Amino acid sequence: MNNWLAVPIVLPILAAGVLLVARDRAFQRTISMVVLGVNLAVAVVAMVHVARSDSIEVTAMGGWRSSIAITLVADRLSVMMLVIASAVLLMVLVFAIGQGASDERSPLYLPAYLVLVAGIAQAFLAGDLFNLFVAFELLLMSSYVLLTLEGINAQIRSGTTYVVLNVVESSILLVGIGLIFAATGTVNMAVLSQRLAELPDSVALGLNLLLLVAFGIKAAVFPLFFWLPDSYPTAPSSVTAVFAGLLTKVGVYAIIRTETLLFPGGQEQLLLVIGGATMLIGVLGAMSHTQMKRILSFHIISQIGYMIMGIGFGTVAGLAAAVFYLLHHIPVKTALFLVEGIIEKEAGSSSFDRMSGLVHRSGPLAVLFLIPALSLAGLPPFSGFLAKFALVREGFDEARYGVVIVAIVVSLFTLVSMTKIWTGLFWGDVDPKPAAGRVGILRHHRLMSMSTVLLVAVTLLIAALAGPLFDYCEAAARQLTEPARYVRAVIGP
Amino acid sequence: MSLAYALLIGVLFATGSFLLMNRSLTRIILGVAMIGNGINVLIVTVSSRPGGAPIVGETDTTDSVPQALVLTAIVIGFALIAFMLALAWRNWTIDGNDIVEDDVEDRRVARRKDES
Repeated sequence: MNNWLAVPIVLPILAAGVLLVARDRAFQRTISMVVLGVNLAVAVVAMVHVARSDSIEVTAMGGWRSSIAITLVADRLSVMMLVIASAVLLMVLVFAIGQGASDERSPLYLPAYLVLVAGIAQAFLAGDLFNLFVAFELLLMSSYVLLTLEGINAQIRSGTTYVVLNVVESSILLVGIGLIFAATGTVNMAVLSQRLAELPDSVALGLNLLLLVAFGIKAAVFPLFFWLPDSYPTAPSSVTAVFAGLLTKVGVYAIIRTETLLFPGGQEQLLLVIGGATMLIGVLGAMSHTQMKRILSFHIISQIGYMIMGIGFGTVAGLAAAVFYLLHHIPVKTALFLVEGIIEKEAGSSSFDRMSGLVHRSGPLAVLFLIPALSLAGLPPFSGFLAKFALVREGFDEARYGVVIVAIVVSLFTLVSMTKIWTGLFWGDVDPKPAAGRVGILRHHRLMSMSTVLLVAVTLLIAALAGPLFDYCEAAARQLTEPARYVRAVIGP
Repeated sequence: MSLAYALLIGVLFATGSFLLMNRSLTRIILGVAMIGNGINVLIVTVSSRPGGAPIVGETDTTDSVPQALVLTAIVIGFALIAFMLALAWRNWTIDGNDIVEDDVEDRRVARRKDES
C-alpha cells in the first residue's frame, strides 16, 4: 500500500478544518507553513521514488479493487507537477504573510488557501474522472473565496463573472462525465482508457470534445479565455500569483491526460489551431493594456497556447516539450506576479500612470523582474528559451510550419509587451511624491522579497539543470504516450 | 431512458440556459440551479431502467455508482448556490442592485479604439 499518496490531499484539508476553528494568527501561519512544508517533502520523495524505480504508484482507497475504488495514481507527470506546485504554493504563502494585505489578516484566508492546496494536489493525483471533478470543485470553491475575500466592489463584480463561468465549466464537465459513464459504465481513467477505444468514433468524438471544452475553459484557451483577464487582476497579488501560476495549469494537465490516456491521438489538428490562436490573441490583448497585472494576465493566455501546441504535436518530443514548458512556466509566471505585488504594495497600483523610474529606486527589484520577464519572452540563457526551443524544433521536425511561425512571432510580441512594462514602470523619472520616493524597496518588504528571490532562483535552477530535467520530462512523455503502462499499473495485467 | 426523463432534462437545461443569459444575478443563480438539477437527473437516468433497486439479487438491478456520484454533485451544487447567493447579497448591499456589470478596464480599452 502506498497510502502516503493521500497525504498531500488529506493533510491540508484537516489543517484547514482546524484553522477554521483556531483563529489565532501566529498559530494559523505556523500550521500552514508546516503543512505546506510536509507536502513539499512528500512530493519530492514521491518524485525521487517514481523516477528511480520508473514505476507508476497506485493507491486504492479503502482497500477495494482499484478498478472500483477511488484511486490515486502518481506517474512521472503527476509527481513533477506536485513538486513544482507545492514549492510555488509554499513561497507564495511566505509572500502573502509578508504582504500583510487586509485579506491575509482575515481568519478565513489561510483555511481557504489550504483547501486550494488540497484541491490542486488531488487534481494531479486523481485516478478517476469524477475524483478529478471533485478536485476541480475543491480548488474552485476556495478560489471563489480567495478572490472575493475583501468584498470590495471590483472583486464582487469580477468575482461574479468568474464564479458563473466556472459553474458553467463544472456543469459541462459533469455532463461529460455522466455521458461517459452512460457509454462505458465506469469513471476510472485506466478502465476508461480501454473501454473508450471500443466506442464508435462519433460517440468518442462527442465525449472527447465535451471534456475538451470543460478543461479548455479552465485552462483559458481560445475562444474560452475571456473570463481570465477580467477576474484575475482584481484579487490581491498573492492570490493572483497562485491562480496565474497554477489554476490554468491544472486545466492544461487535465487536457494532457484526456488527450493521451482517454482519447489518444484524437484531436491533434484542432489542438494545434487552438494553440496558435490562443498564443496570438493572448499576446495581442497584452499589448493593448497599460497596467502590469492586466498585461501579465493576458500573457498567461498566450503562454497556455504554447503548451497546447506541444500537446497538439502528439509525439513524445512534443509532449516532453509541453511538460517542460509547464515546469518552467509555473515558477516564472508566479515570480512575475510576485514582483508586481511588491510594486503594488509600494505604489498602490501597478498602472503605468501611477509609477515610473523604479530602476533608480531599486536596482535589485528591476533584476528580479527582468529575469522572469526575459525567460517568459524566451531569450537565452533562461528556461523559457529552452522550452520554446524544444517546441519549435519539434514543430520543424513534424513539418508544422504554420504554428511554428505563429509561435516565433508571438515570442517577439511577448518581448515587446515586456519592454512596455519595463519602459512604463522601471524607466523614466522618479516620482517626486514624497511617499513614493524612498529607495531600497526590497529592504522594506523583507518576507515578500525573500520569497520572490527564492522563486526567481528556482527559475534559474530550472535553466541550469535543464539537461536532467528535460530527460525527466521526456521519460514522463514516454509514459504518457504508452497508456497501456498506466492501465497495467492501475488494474493489473 | 424513458421519454419523461429525457423531456425533463431537456426542459431543465433549456430554461436554465435561458436564465443564465440574464444580467440579473438572481436569475443566473436560478439558471445554475436548474442546470444543476438537469445534470443530476441525467446522471440518475444513466444508472439503468427507472424503478430498479441498487441491490444485487433483485431482478432489475440498478447500478449504484451514479447514485453515489449524484449525491456528491448535489452537495457541491448546494454549496455553490449558497456562495452565489452570498455574492448576490453583497452586490446588492454595495450598489442596490444585482446586475452583473462590464469590465471597467475593457470598456476603457474599447473607448480608446473609438477615440483614435
